[in-house]
Amino acid sequence: MTLPGVIRRLHPRDPRLYQIATLASLLLYGLTWLDFEITAARAILILATVLSTQAVCDQVTAGRLMPGRPVAVNIKSALISGLSLCLLLRTNRPELAVVAAVLTIAVKFLLRFRGKHLFNPTNGGLVAMLLLTDQVWVSPGQWGSAVLFVFLMASVGSVVVMRASRSDVTYAFILFYGAMLFGRALYLGEPLAIPLHRLESGALLLFTFFMISDPKTTPDSRAGRVLFAGLVAFGAWYVQFRMFRTNGLLWSLAACSLSVPIIDWLLPGDRYTWLSPPAAAAAGAPELRWRHPSTPTTAAFDRFQRRTI
Amino acid sequence: MKRHVFSVVVASMVAWSAPTVLGFCGFYVAKADTKLFNKASQVVLVRDGDRTVMTMANDFKGDLKEFAVVIPVPTFLQREQIHVGDKALIDHLDAYSAPRLVEYFDEDPCRVIVSDRMVLSMSRPAAAAGVSGRARSLGVTIEAQYTVGEYDILILSAQQSSGLETWLRENGYKIPSGASSVLSSYVKQNMRFFVARVNLREQAKLGFSYLRPLQVAYESPKFMLPIRLGMVNADGAQELFAYALTRKGRVETTNYRTVKLPTDMDLPVYLKEPGEFARFYTAMFSRQVGKEGMRVLFLEYAWDMRWCDPCAADPLSNDELRQLGVFWLDANGGPSPPPGGSGSVVRPRPMPPSMNAPEVFLTRLHVRYDSAHFPEDLVFQETADRVNFQGRYVLRHAWHGEESCPAAGAYRRSLRDRQEQEAQRLASMTGWDVSEIRKTMNLGAEGPDAQPISNKWWERLWRK
Repeated sequence: MTLPGVIRRLHPRDPRLYQIATLASLLLYGLTWLDFEITAARAILILATVLSTQAVCDQVTAGRLMPGRPVAVNIKSALISGLSLCLLLRTNRPELAVVAAVLTIAVKFLLRFRGKHLFNPTNGGLVAMLLLTDQVWVSPGQWGSAVLFVFLMASVGSVVVMRASRSDVTYAFILFYGAMLFGRALYLGEPLAIPLHRLESGALLLFTFFMISDPKTTPDSRAGRVLFAGLVAFGAWYVQFRMFRTNGLLWSLAACSLSVPIIDWLLPGDRYTWLSPPAAAAAGAPELRWRHPSTPTTAAFDRFQRRTI
Repeated sequence: MKRHVFSVVVASMVAWSAPTVLGFCGFYVAKADTKLFNKASQVVLVRDGDRTVMTMANDFKGDLKEFAVVIPVPTFLQREQIHVGDKALIDHLDAYSAPRLVEYFDEDPCRVIVSDRMVLSMSRPAAAAGVSGRARSLGVTIEAQYTVGEYDILILSAQQSSGLETWLRENGYKIPSGASSVLSSYVKQNMRFFVARVNLREQAKLGFSYLRPLQVAYESPKFMLPIRLGMVNADGAQELFAYALTRKGRVETTNYRTVKLPTDMDLPVYLKEPGEFARFYTAMFSRQVGKEGMRVLFLEYAWDMRWCDPCAADPLSNDELRQLGVFWLDANGGPSPPPGGSGSVVRPRPMPPSMNAPEVFLTRLHVRYDSAHFPEDLVFQETADRVNFQGRYVLRHAWHGEESCPAAGAYRRSLRDRQEQEAQRLASMTGWDVSEIRKTMNLGAEGPDAQPISNKWWERLWRK
């Protein structure tokens, strides 16, 4: 077999499989090596809750849209959200972990605009919990900077597997954010070791490659995604260096997500599907080319077809 | 226009008069011919909402007239925001939260009795540890001057770090080369500079032979501890103990990893000998620092201040906490633990917290740092984590009774294995030579099989 053939064979059709494997490995690494403040039992509780919630939501939605049709539970999407939650959410109280897991899945069904969910599920769930209670927290320092290499490998791999056309938001964000970090250091006369140290943060890399990159919640057009990346970077920088609050990345992404419908209206583009076009065709899925405006009937059908994370 | 509130806190010490800049929160420097070395700083951060009260202690041992401190602060400080605290409070906090040894006595395998008590705590190891016109022309503004206790205090603001550096030099403060670039960052963030030196006349009047800790109270969203100034001319790594007193829960750093110190392990009983536990703690800490590549802070204690179990010292009383700046305590803030000394109290004290007692959660962080591994200031966050944690090391004394049942023989055999494991654990935690440890434990250098012990009653009859 030729090399391209081998690569094609190993290359998963659905990048979410790669994401699940990577996030699960990072969680395992965190639990065993980095002493994360989460137990295996808690992780299982969160994963079980997201899967159950996803199943219920799929059932309800499908029952409403296509009565009588068998319902497929979107396990991959729920697992990605659940694993991300395990990596980020910390609380002493198991019931709050369950609420967070339910909210994470529920927000993507409840908060939609023209068939597209507004918030990255994990981001939405975390921000909702941070707003609702003071009993949860996120530990951005838990990765340290020694895991940079591990992260880079995982992240680069992720970019390779994701279609390059949708990695632009990741590149744009890290460029904008890096420029702001270096710009601030240069203005203040600080050594460059300071912005470099901030860029080495595992939490930042996880956010950059696994959260803001979510193609289902970023704008449809490339120009829109670059604009969005700039807004998120500025918001995160503002929260961290002007308001002096933690979790600037999470707050900023949640706030900027509200602007995505406007960006999509101003700069329309093609809606994303997880399966690559040939793979999607092979899997029997129609290639979706949804442009605004769509009719309510087709939009409803598209929503059902397109429901992923 | 409303001024931006920048927070906090660098503390850097400056030698006054015969000018050499010293560091705090790290940075301590001597005059050229005097080696003043202060590697261990202690800082207490009381924090709730945006309010912070910071207490800074140091073990400055030099001539008091050569002491001065420069602390970047987020806002202008009024006279009432500055206070001189009592060193005994920090010593008490240190003793209360210090890693501790606990001892247990093996029961007679032929009978059942349990006894345990706390034997000693490991306190912080000592080793580890015409002007205003000119000022205006340099862009430096003396915003206020106070005398508080034995300190003369200036609140400065500056437009340029070079102006501030020149002003400090011209006024007898020796700034190490490189400090200017660090000062520049704080100047551009509109921070004020809190400069304190000892007023010898006041000091003589008060009669203290040591420097009492300075306390400042301010309101700012920033929850951080600047350490960069302290590393400018640091001689090797610095040691910092940061105690955070908060309402909700444990404090951790957001820009560095916070790691729990290895705890709850059985160790050879000879660590009870004077000085041995201190030796163990410093060696173990150094080894852990190396293992983590000197890139983490260690959590040494996290506990609700209303109780402890076992107690290395009594919890601080409400009055002591209030003096440290715990501003949410009111006069009727619930039952106060009995006042305790800073010595080691050797009994367990499982006092379940009363619901109406005020909530004060203590986090003790210990970090060894240098500029290569800690390029930026420490930034903290308060979490909702109220899980208790303490550095606790266990000594299990062997049972030395007569073998009066078959279980005793099995006990003897298991004891050899256990002691061997203790020796190996101690070696791996500290990097010490395991054969030396075995020798000290009287295990024999070759390990468990080298010197089988027996404990027949007649063997001990004429033993010398």
